[in-house]
Amino acid sequence: MTFDWMPDTLWFSVLLKVFYALMMIGAVMTMAGYSVLAERKVSAWMQGRVGPNRTVLPFVESIPFFGPFLKGLGIFQPLADGLKFLFKEEIVPGHVNKFYYYLAPLVALVPALTTMTVLPFGQIYWEDGSVTTLALADLEVGILFVFAVSSLGVYGIALAGWSSNNKYSFLGGIRSSAQMISYELAMGLSLLPVFLWVAAPGVSSSGLSISGIANAQEGAAWLFIVQPLSALIFLIALFAETNRLPFDMPESETDLVGGFHTEYGSFKFGIFFVAEYAHIVIGSALFTLLFLGGWHFLPFMNDPWPENWIGSLIGVGWFLCKTIFLIFFFIWIRWTLPRFRYDQVMHLGWTKLLPIALANLIVYIVIVTILDGSF
Amino acid sequence: MAKTIVLERKPLSFSERTYLPQIATGLKTTFSNMFKPKVTLQYPEEKPHIPNNYRGVPTLVKDPNGREKCVSCQLCEFVCPPKAIRITPGSVPEDQEQREHVEKAPQEFEINMLRCIYCGYCQEVCPEEAIFLQDQYSSSGYSREEMINNKQKLYELGGTLPDRHYKWDKKKQAEVHGNTH
Repeated sequence: MTFDWMPDTLWFSVLLKVFYALMMIGAVMTMAGYSVLAERKVSAWMQGRVGPNRTVLPFVESIPFFGPFLKGLGIFQPLADGLKFLFKEEIVPGHVNKFYYYLAPLVALVPALTTMTVLPFGQIYWEDGSVTTLALADLEVGILFVFAVSSLGVYGIALAGWSSNNKYSFLGGIRSSAQMISYELAMGLSLLPVFLWVAAPGVSSSGLSISGIANAQEGAAWLFIVQPLSALIFLIALFAETNRLPFDMPESETDLVGGFHTEYGSFKFGIFFVAEYAHIVIGSALFTLLFLGGWHFLPFMNDPWPENWIGSLIGVGWFLCKTIFLIFFFIWIRWTLPRFRYDQVMHLGWTKLLPIALANLIVYIVIVTILDGSF
Repeated sequence: MAKTIVLERKPLSFSERTYLPQIATGLKTTFSNMFKPKVTLQYPEEKPHIPNNYRGVPTLVKDPNGREKCVSCQLCEFVCPPKAIRITPGSVPEDQEQREHVEKAPQEFEINMLRCIYCGYCQEVCPEEAIFLQDQYSSSGYSREEMINNKQKLYELGGTLPDRHYKWDKKKQAEVHGNTH
């Protein structure tokens, strides 16, 4: 986006993009950090505990009422957690393949951060009535890009499992890749009906733009209502792709010690940790955009906020609210369901989700064809 | 032989086979748990309730008159299974008239908390009701020496407990009235 006061030179636009990218990284990383806190707090509440409530910055504690409140919420816990990873002794086991061992955490983190470049998170309403989507790059093939890049994340886990030269890690890596392959299919198939539905009648080619789908849900039914089965399959596959319980095969700590990160410690483990939560944040944002109307208000209602910068801010805030609810849902599921057995994961993926996704696709092809009257 | 009753299991309905209603019920349970009162204590600030018969750190007690009860009979030292107790017997100083009739008192009394197994035999065996396992349960220190409770420390920990007998007062009274037994 550009404003009148900005100089129209190449270096400035490059600088601007870098600035936007840093802001986006900051936002997503902060959300990932606070998802960790949310995980600890919510799990504590669900188990009748209090959760982290000791960490506090020295000057904040002296603020009356507000300081102790923040301390009780554990607002500063992510800082302490991050610092802990930084200051821990870095232990590299003697039997690992050093190059891949160091490479793996990065390979896990980079795809998670790359997918966020195409995630739209709001709109700007200009004075002349035109609307720009807020995103680092609002690609026409956005969803394809997300799928292509996010599944690269499994290489990080597989590499970590292999280079650690440890049976537990290796099993974790293998399980992760098998699971990723099994659920990628169902995930892709579950989204095809969505794109069929959104494509306007008579349009020969439907776009794959994420913001297009989000905007198609303005003032209309959310796709979650129109296509509950697609949403359900996508959600289940999302849990599997982000390696969250009940699908956390790669690290199932009861049978694999720590799974793929058994041999990792200090900041390298921290990077895996952040990557996992960045995946959750981005997965939640994606589900919000595709099925929960993105930054639009409620199903069947037009956005009640004004079409100016205030409206833009409220829209972004509303989008964040939905995303945060989904992150909470991820955590909520984690502390409700036990882990699947490995063969059950495969069974569910191949013999249940994949056929259902196919049947769902065929049914919606028929419905959309009839609705369009193009048979 | 116990009679075995084989229960007929109803086949699962379609909604049960999808597990989704059950998952929803589970989610409801975990969600309602979030708002229930917490069961944990903020430990160092909040201490748990210790029942009266708790066997904590062994301590020496004084009677309500502030008199040392231990008469250094060494029964506890003898009975102690891990040999955690060391008593150096001594005599009661002449000037303490209110302790007449008591012949001995411990010069030094040491309980090694690294050895103690909190069995409570010392409390059980003590004929003077001088040693009690009370409500302290957390003892820590930086060195082995620090973990040996000496006489002064033991009295600090023990304090004063009510006495039902005042055994030595009765003996003194009896002697005054000419009836030692």
